[in-house]
Amino acid sequence: MTGLPATPLVRLDSLSPPGVDIYAKLEWALPTGSIKDRIAVAMLERARSEGRITPQTHLLEPSSGNTGIALARLALMWGIPFTVVMAEGASAERIQTLETFGAEIIYSPRDEGSNGAVRLAEQIVSSGDYLMLNQYENPANAEAHYRGTGREIVTELERIDAFVAGLGTGGTLMGAGAAIRESFPGVQVVAAEPPMGELITGLRSIDDGYIPPIFNPDRLDRRILVRLASTIEHTRLLLSVEGLFAGPSCGAALAVALRVATGMRSGTVVTIFPDAGWKYLSTGIYTGAIEEAVQGATNQILW
Amino acid sequence: MTHTIRLPTLFRLHAGGDASVTARGATVGEAFSDLGKRYPGLARQLLDPDGSVPVFVNVFLNDEDIRYLEGLDTPISEPSEITILPSVAGG
Repeated sequence: MTGLPATPLVRLDSLSPPGVDIYAKLEWALPTGSIKDRIAVAMLERARSEGRITPQTHLLEPSSGNTGIALARLALMWGIPFTVVMAEGASAERIQTLETFGAEIIYSPRDEGSNGAVRLAEQIVSSGDYLMLNQYENPANAEAHYRGTGREIVTELERIDAFVAGLGTGGTLMGAGAAIRESFPGVQVVAAEPPMGELITGLRSIDDGYIPPIFNPDRLDRRILVRLASTIEHTRLLLSVEGLFAGPSCGAALAVALRVATGMRSGTVVTIFPDAGWKYLSTGIYTGAIEEAVQGATNQILW
Repeated sequence: MTHTIRLPTLFRLHAGGDASVTARGATVGEAFSDLGKRYPGLARQLLDPDGSVPVFVNVFLNDEDIRYLEGLDTPISEPSEITILPSVAGG
């Protein structure tokens, strides 16, 4: 299978407040179960068209999991050796999936989060013969969402007042945000920000901060912080109320979509659900008391 | 009007190790100025010499990024929570 199918856009019938329609795009319908299949295909195909893939190519990428898994699938299909640089603390399922797909894993310090993984990957690439597609600065990332995610959404709806997506690399917000804004110029593009900065205790200086080069904050209209407890509560709500077994970034997106919807008298809010819950079972976020789930998930990389 | 300022690990050493501190003010900027009186080291982290918020610092007033409100001039009408976070990547 080479191309990607369009993913379903579903109305959250039970969670949409009166007068407002909340739609969610279920990205877990893609081959490796996450939105990152879109950018993996786009980045690799661009590299191939630019002649950057040779029989000697060894692919290396920093990723908290999903991008690594999506690239590992393609690397396996194309017969390219692949190494993922990942912060310690990713769920067991993500590690098992990467291993199943034949990827080598190099761990970066847990307390430096994804910033540390990017830094270590850059160090390794500078000292060896690797191809790093770099999802944080590769224009094919946002382009994949412009041509794919965003266009798929605008063909299905007559009206969009707000677009909500999680902020990781910024690719979804930039790419899909731009496509939606072209069709619906009045749309509010809203980022759901995970509270990761609280967890990354290994930052020695604020100058160790990282803003992905593909992310332009000026293209957002709002950016809303979502706490871990709220993320977990909303992820559970999706299962119990809508019957959607979603990953934690979906809960964060839902929390923000509901906050945006609550401020509207009427309208349409579209959000993105990046992956399903299966990869996060071992994190303990779906069962038991919320406080304990928060405690258990605090040192894990969920995003 | 007293607000709670939540600090990332990185900034706590400038506030005696505390995870949160309090400050008074009718705008975010005023709250930061008040904070600077007691924690000058913290104020140097939160504000560049020209008085703007550094590029790698994100400031959220009741979970809304002040960059999309009125920045440091954003009014605070009730006791609120201000969360400071460094810029980090995901994905």
